Amino acid sequence: MSATMVQPDTAGRKDAVARALGRRRYAVDRLVKALCWLATAIGLFFLASILLTLVLRGLGGLNLSVLTEVTKPPGSNGGLLNAIVGSLIQTGLGTLIGTPIGLMVGTYLSEYSAGSKLGNVVRFVSDVLLSAPSILIGLFVYQVAVGPFGGYSGWAGCLALAVIVIPIVVRTTEDMLRLVPVSLREAAVALGAPKWKAIVFVCYRAGLDGILTGVLLALARVAGETAPLLFTSLGNLNWSVNLGQPMSSLPVTIYQYAGAAFADWVQLAWVGALLITLGVLAINILARVALQRRS
Amino acid sequence: MPEARHIVTSYAQELQRLRDLMTQMGGMVESQVMMSAEALAENDSAVATRVVEQDKAVDGLEREAEQLVIRMLALRQPMAADLREIVAAMKITAALERIGDYAKNVAKRSIVLRQFALPFSLTGLMAMSRLVQENLRLVIDAVAENDAEKAVQVWNSDQAIDDLYNSIFRELITYMMEDGRSITPCTHLLFIAKNLERIGDHATNIAETVHYAVTGVALTDERPKGDGSSYAVVRAPGDEP
Amino acid sequence: MDMSQGLSTVGTDTRMQARSEAVLSAPRIAIEGLSFFYGANKALKDIKLDLPDRQVTGMIGPSGCGKSTLLRVINRMYDLYPGQRAEGRVMMDGMNLVAPEMDLNALRSRVGMVFQKPTPFPMSIYDNVAFGVKLHERLSRPEMDERVEWSLTRAALWTEVKDRLNSSATGLSGGQQQRLCIARTIAVRPEVILLDEPTSALDPISTLRIEELIDELKRDFTIAIVTHNMQQAARCADQVAFFYLGELVEVGQAAQMFTAPQQKRTQEYITGRFG
Repeated sequence: MSATMVQPDTAGRKDAVARALGRRRYAVDRLVKALCWLATAIGLFFLASILLTLVLRGLGGLNLSVLTEVTKPPGSNGGLLNAIVGSLIQTGLGTLIGTPIGLMVGTYLSEYSAGSKLGNVVRFVSDVLLSAPSILIGLFVYQVAVGPFGGYSGWAGCLALAVIVIPIVVRTTEDMLRLVPVSLREAAVALGAPKWKAIVFVCYRAGLDGILTGVLLALARVAGETAPLLFTSLGNLNWSVNLGQPMSSLPVTIYQYAGAAFADWVQLAWVGALLITLGVLAINILARVALQRRS
Repeated sequence: MPEARHIVTSYAQELQRLRDLMTQMGGMVESQVMMSAEALAENDSAVATRVVEQDKAVDGLEREAEQLVIRMLALRQPMAADLREIVAAMKITAALERIGDYAKNVAKRSIVLRQFALPFSLTGLMAMSRLVQENLRLVIDAVAENDAEKAVQVWNSDQAIDDLYNSIFRELITYMMEDGRSITPCTHLLFIAKNLERIGDHATNIAETVHYAVTGVALTDERPKGDGSSYAVVRAPGDEP
Repeated sequence: MDMSQGLSTVGTDTRMQARSEAVLSAPRIAIEGLSFFYGANKALKDIKLDLPDRQVTGMIGPSGCGKSTLLRVINRMYDLYPGQRAEGRVMMDGMNLVAPEMDLNALRSRVGMVFQKPTPFPMSIYDNVAFGVKLHERLSRPEMDERVEWSLTRAALWTEVKDRLNSSATGLSGGQQQRLCIARTIAVRPEVILLDEPTSALDPISTLRIEELIDELKRDFTIAIVTHNMQQAARCADQVAFFYLGELVEVGQAAQMFTAPQQKRTQEYITGRFG
């Protein structure tokens, strides 16, 4: 009789403790979830407000003349054509120059360096360059490609952008190639492929999605870079597609127009900002669609 | 037999159960043979009855062993020495069960023989029975101890039993020819002698099985056999072709 | 008329006979005095082993005993990694495969390997099978089609994929992917196929399919298979080699090894008393 009277008591106490713990856990869970929602809301708020501002301020000034007229003095109904074209040229060429270099370095780091000192040094330098202030890169290219060659030029601009592109592509290439399982490489080699063929035909294809994403990330990044272009291609108020001459670009033009006292220039600056944003958005969507279709 | 312990304890326990079954059966069958000889010598029907009753238990053990062997083959996928040991267990328990049956048969016939007064002594038969018991004891030891040498000893000793059997065979036929009234008891004695000889053969079979299980090599040479009774012809004096 | 069909039924009878009689043929690859080093660590100690022609050699042993290492020595996979080196001789047709002057691409066109994890390349099924062939031979399109079909048929995969040769190989199931890897390997027409635990990542039915495949492939190829699963070695192999701590403890015909091995170590491993 006494034994059975002890049992339900301890069982009851255990039960009560378990229930209390459960309630506390549930409450903590709800709290953390609420905090996460809050953080998301804050982030989204800022993002949304930026986009909203861009759209509200920029859409109004978006008309055909923006895309057909070159930059003109304030008041003469100018556009952004030379800036747009200049941006396209410099961003495109910069990415075109920087990507193969970044790809090769990334491949070297992943496939050939295998923990060697040189590989570690290269990786370190690349990471430092990745987060270097872009104005420093601009100044460097100024020293190297503007001074000795006697003037600002589109080439210098492309070079500066390429230098920014390289470490991004190096990082993503190396990461993507690292993700490719060793067994895939070994399988290719076991069939008799020399190492480079195993890398090109198997590893690149396996990591293609990631590498492509990296390249597009780099593209989107340099599309909006202003500081390096300030010291290299300077900007050009006239129409010019001559890479040997200073070349206009959207970010630089925005910089020049935004602080001006003229309302139409300020309006054009907003339009330019909107265009850059839309362009980067378009690249991202394009990338996603293209990758979706491949898989 | 490997001294190392099996990694899976339940497997080791099942193997041990199998060995215990064989040891148990061996003991029971040994006592059956001994008691049947005693029943014959002492004309003791109580002992004889016990032998008959014990046979049920022996049969039960054999069935259990067979079930265990089949289960182990299916569930454990035994290899090498384990496989040989398990398959040997099946053959040995079957042979032991047959030996038990023969002992039971001898005991039953010894009950019948009580009705007859035998004019001759059974020393030959008793001697044969002692040899058979000795061989049986030796082979059951070989099973319990996994001793291949004892097995070879048993394997070589069957000859002596067969020789004895041949002479008893001739002796009994002579008795039958001399006196027609002794035909019934002599026939029973013939069967008893044959049963003993078969027990000896089964002991030798067990010896061969043990040798293969322990060493992995079969005793392939012709077993020294001496049972010539299949060819024996005994003629009465004066009865020439 | 498909001659190979007729031959295969004849082959089946003699094959079943061969397994129980277990006569080992002349060696296709003869390994002598082979030692292997991971840096300073000696992983294989003076191995002597023959791989009989057109038969299956199974390699068993506890983890880390060196069986996979030995397999990877034969096709020089260790060349990919600095600090790994082999000493000794692995003789095939009078050439030492581990000698530095050995042409690796030629070696790998004669010795193929299938790995534990199915590794389909990120391309179509057709391109997967053609990949290895393109490395060594120059075939016209119809010839390549024929070679792809032959490989997939020998790998027992043709009927399942013949209508979707251009679809991605990564869409196949695990068992199909592994058979694709086998097809890819035999497409270059090697003489020896090395299988490194080919079914350990597969379900039991796929495993049995691949074991059946191995049984058929050994008509034309010499096969070496490393397996953790002793029952698989018992089912597949003609000759079994038992390794322990980098040494070859015992090698013999499969039936003999699994009923009455000579060495105590082998006995203990096979019956599950250690390892």
